Amino acid sequence: MREDLAPELAPQLAVELGLKPAEYDKVVEILGRTPTVTELYMYSLMWSEHCSYKHSRKALRMFPTEGEHVLQGPGENAGVIGVGDGWALAFKMESHNHPSAIEPYQGAATGVGGIIRDIFTMGARPIASLNSLRFGTLDKPRQRYLFEGAVAGIGGYGNCLGVPTVGGEVYFDEAYEGNCLINAMSLGLMREEKLTSAVASGPGNLVLLIGSTTGRDGIGGASTLASQEFDEKAEDKRPSVQVGDPFEEKLLIEACLELLEEGLLVGLGDLGAAGLTSSASEMASRGGVGLDIDVTKIPAREEAMKPFEFMVSESQERMLAVLVPENLEAAQAVCTKWGLRSTVIGTVTDTGRFVVREGDEIVADMPAATLAHDAPIYDPAMTRPAYLDEVQVFDPITGVDHPGCEYVLDDIVLALLASPNICSRRWIWQQYDHQVMLNTVVLPGGDAAVLRIGDTGRGEMTERGVAVSSDCNGRYCYLDPYVGAQIAFAEAARNVVCSGGTPAAITDCLNFGNPEKPEVFWTFYEAIRGLSDACRAFGVPVISGNVSFYNESFGSPIYPTPTVGMVGVMEDVSKHCTVAFKAEGDVVFLLGETENEIGGSEYLKLAHGVVSGKPPALDLELEQAVQATVLAAIDAGLLRSAHDCSEGGLAVTLAECCMAGDLGADIHLDDDLPAYASLFSETQSRIVVTTTPEDAEKLVEIALEREIPYSIIGTVGGARLDIANRASLTLEQLREAWEPALERALAGA
Amino acid sequence: MARFQIFVTYKKGIFDPPGATAERALVSLGYDEVSSVKIGKFIQLEVADGTSEERVAEMCGKLLANPVIEDFRIEPVEEA
Amino acid sequence: MRFGVVIFPGSNCEQDVVHAAEVLGHEAGYIWHGDTDISGFDAIVLPGGFSYGDYIRCGAVARFSPVMAEVIRFAERGGPVIGICNGFQILAEAHLLPGALLRNRGLKFICTQTTLRVEENSCQWMDATPGTLLRIPINHNEGNYICDPETLERLQGNGQIVLRYCEADGSRAEGGSAPNGALDDIAGICNERGNVFGLMPHPERVVDPAVGITDGAVVFTSIARRLAEVV
Repeated sequence: MREDLAPELAPQLAVELGLKPAEYDKVVEILGRTPTVTELYMYSLMWSEHCSYKHSRKALRMFPTEGEHVLQGPGENAGVIGVGDGWALAFKMESHNHPSAIEPYQGAATGVGGIIRDIFTMGARPIASLNSLRFGTLDKPRQRYLFEGAVAGIGGYGNCLGVPTVGGEVYFDEAYEGNCLINAMSLGLMREEKLTSAVASGPGNLVLLIGSTTGRDGIGGASTLASQEFDEKAEDKRPSVQVGDPFEEKLLIEACLELLEEGLLVGLGDLGAAGLTSSASEMASRGGVGLDIDVTKIPAREEAMKPFEFMVSESQERMLAVLVPENLEAAQAVCTKWGLRSTVIGTVTDTGRFVVREGDEIVADMPAATLAHDAPIYDPAMTRPAYLDEVQVFDPITGVDHPGCEYVLDDIVLALLASPNICSRRWIWQQYDHQVMLNTVVLPGGDAAVLRIGDTGRGEMTERGVAVSSDCNGRYCYLDPYVGAQIAFAEAARNVVCSGGTPAAITDCLNFGNPEKPEVFWTFYEAIRGLSDACRAFGVPVISGNVSFYNESFGSPIYPTPTVGMVGVMEDVSKHCTVAFKAEGDVVFLLGETENEIGGSEYLKLAHGVVSGKPPALDLELEQAVQATVLAAIDAGLLRSAHDCSEGGLAVTLAECCMAGDLGADIHLDDDLPAYASLFSETQSRIVVTTTPEDAEKLVEIALEREIPYSIIGTVGGARLDIANRASLTLEQLREAWEPALERALAGA
Repeated sequence: MARFQIFVTYKKGIFDPPGATAERALVSLGYDEVSSVKIGKFIQLEVADGTSEERVAEMCGKLLANPVIEDFRIEPVEEA
Repeated sequence: MRFGVVIFPGSNCEQDVVHAAEVLGHEAGYIWHGDTDISGFDAIVLPGGFSYGDYIRCGAVARFSPVMAEVIRFAERGGPVIGICNGFQILAEAHLLPGALLRNRGLKFICTQTTLRVEENSCQWMDATPGTLLRIPINHNEGNYICDPETLERLQGNGQIVLRYCEADGSRAEGGSAPNGALDDIAGICNERGNVFGLMPHPERVVDPAVGITDGAVVFTSIARRLAEVV
């Protein structure tokens, strides 16, 4: 055993590596001696917030994680649900915020690479990606640089892999100026029986490292970056950001799926945050075994690397496989066929200990399970933030001067359509291959992405489908984290439903500030509580997810942003519905009804510069009834289009339906509200749908059965969106505002 | 071990979008004196001692540059 | 008929081509880039993707794959070969087709629907009447076609320009209609003999009616009809 750390120096190194004194004491207690340098690095990373969830773990227990579709809940690299006929879908969302804030292209690219490895580790072929992005406002050059770089990075990586990027969302708000959010979601398809675990088992079995060489890049990258706040020195951390190699990843996907298909592996894990330490210790603890790894066997990218550097390097595009010795030759042949390096770096043991050696000398020796499971679990203090009283007491109806006349409202409709938070996302999705694999039934730009279930060109194609959406309005969560998180869930579900999917399960990416601040932790706790309550009400479980804390800059936290990634299932994908108005004379319905709720709205921010008030209320029962109405109507083949009301209110929803269908509409609203409210209120549980005149009565019956409020608000036709007494604009005017707005904002105009 | 530096640039008359973009950006940053930017590739090659420049040129013509659109220039590196 | 679809390391549209061929009632099989036996296939497809990561230059490494020597021999004997997107780049690097594909003029990857005008039907892979408009998507970062003036003249004179980008109504915009900046709005060209076809747009993406329009089918049915006539 190499004793390379003097007992008096060890506590100091521990602090430098981010371990708290009590955590260091616990390490000493576990080992019964002074840790070695390698051990200290391994513990400090595995017990970092990013890897251990030590602040969030207790709160996360509120989530319901079981349901009829669930095949694999949280705890593995990704959750898995059954989607019918033996097909299973693995999915997960993950953050790569901190690396992206330093180097947006590589940060976003490696974020995509990491989440996709989580998917094929489960035995699933990655079939689609989505992303959820937040930046400061685009009038700042730095924000434009971050945004353009992140989009290019997501495209650069995903396009090369041949995994379509089919949807996502982006918001721009000052709250994210010092700390952008890059949340990447990926989905993979497999036959149920191919479900694989990241487990090491069978003493005597071999540990095979597959893929890229190991360098010093990213040492302490994701795990330490994601576990501390940003300050002005962040740019200096640039060398620790990893560079992605999507070509290597593409080869890894093909080789690993072939290894699993051939039944050559016992378990498979990917090397993400905390590198080999994390994947090896988690695989060992899942299998209740020990591992013996020799770092001199690891192919190095650089000279004179130390054992701890091998153990914590975050070099990308590496996988760890466990296999019986008899399969080694066949497995390495598969790797070689795909041009991949594969090296036996150790063996599975029955000792339960994680032993790291450099040749003959042992440099670390600890109980494997203590790395993955013995991190201290904290009960962080909570205080309701003082700002909430201030914002919630504000009455947005009386607090600002609202416009009255029709002329002014036309301008506001156009201004909202041109808002970077609402305008066309074409500039983004044109940089993403959104069609490869030929299952993208609804192209980007609609409510949810719709994918056909099928093993294109390799196996069976089906009539089944899935609808996927990711959503979160951070402003609502800032004004009320409990309600805001519920709305994130409700809107994701609404988007899935409008496309024809029945919500089945969610993944989440919970982006918050520093959890050691009681006010921040309170918002986290409330958001989890809200999300959990919504999940229970809908019977939709959380099957995977990720927590990203320390999203602060210069001491101020971002908006609480609990992003929800919702997956809905469809038995017959040909029944999917889109937002576009379809034909002259179709009847326009508003399901749900508008209240004067403009707190936290895009209108309030854009027209009055105010982010305040209470967010819209959410009645979970009404929400469910409205969604059930739409699903029943889609199933009965009644709906020609469906589009939910969200940011910008009914006016924006109608404009989007018109533009997508290249058809105008003649609308009469009799809601007794001031014009600004009836157009721009962001009341929840509202969906605009159209039917043929013949089917209108049948839709009314369904709405009455479900006892939801509804109104017939007009007809489709002409080349104008005419909302009587409130706004009247030609399709051309709408397009002129909406389509080029993002390019214009990026041009600095 | 012998070392060569290889510079790959677009042939005259081939539009170079990254170069043109960098040129516009420099001018817009106030560097009015900039009249042209060309962006190419720089390759460092390590080969066995005694490898001829002709052989390196062959590598360039075959793989490292595309003679349809690119020129290349080879410089042997003198060891210090 | 039976299409052989080559898989290079980094190809990613091979499964789409196989699916499209099968939707149209044809057979299709994969050919590994290291294989040298391509007998048993009536036509060879070099699919889209990022062969060898598109490092060095798109298609620069793939052209030296063992299978390419066979593909070149097959083409020289008159066998039908098509290169789609990265496949077109490989054909250009292999000098089976003239010219080269540069980075898109706007320096951005573009995935979007385009309108193409059929210019010639002397190519074995395109028997639609000249003037026919096709809606086929593009998906690339390096699709900006270029060649020297003499080559362009030859392509024009020989009727080798098979597809051009155009506006929705079939006209060509004054500043060019190619979203990638391609010379003379060139989207697809063939060799003089008409058996080797390279194009940046992805016809295989618009074949299956379950996911949209079917304008790309004509590429696959053209060669099938042609081969049926010959037999």
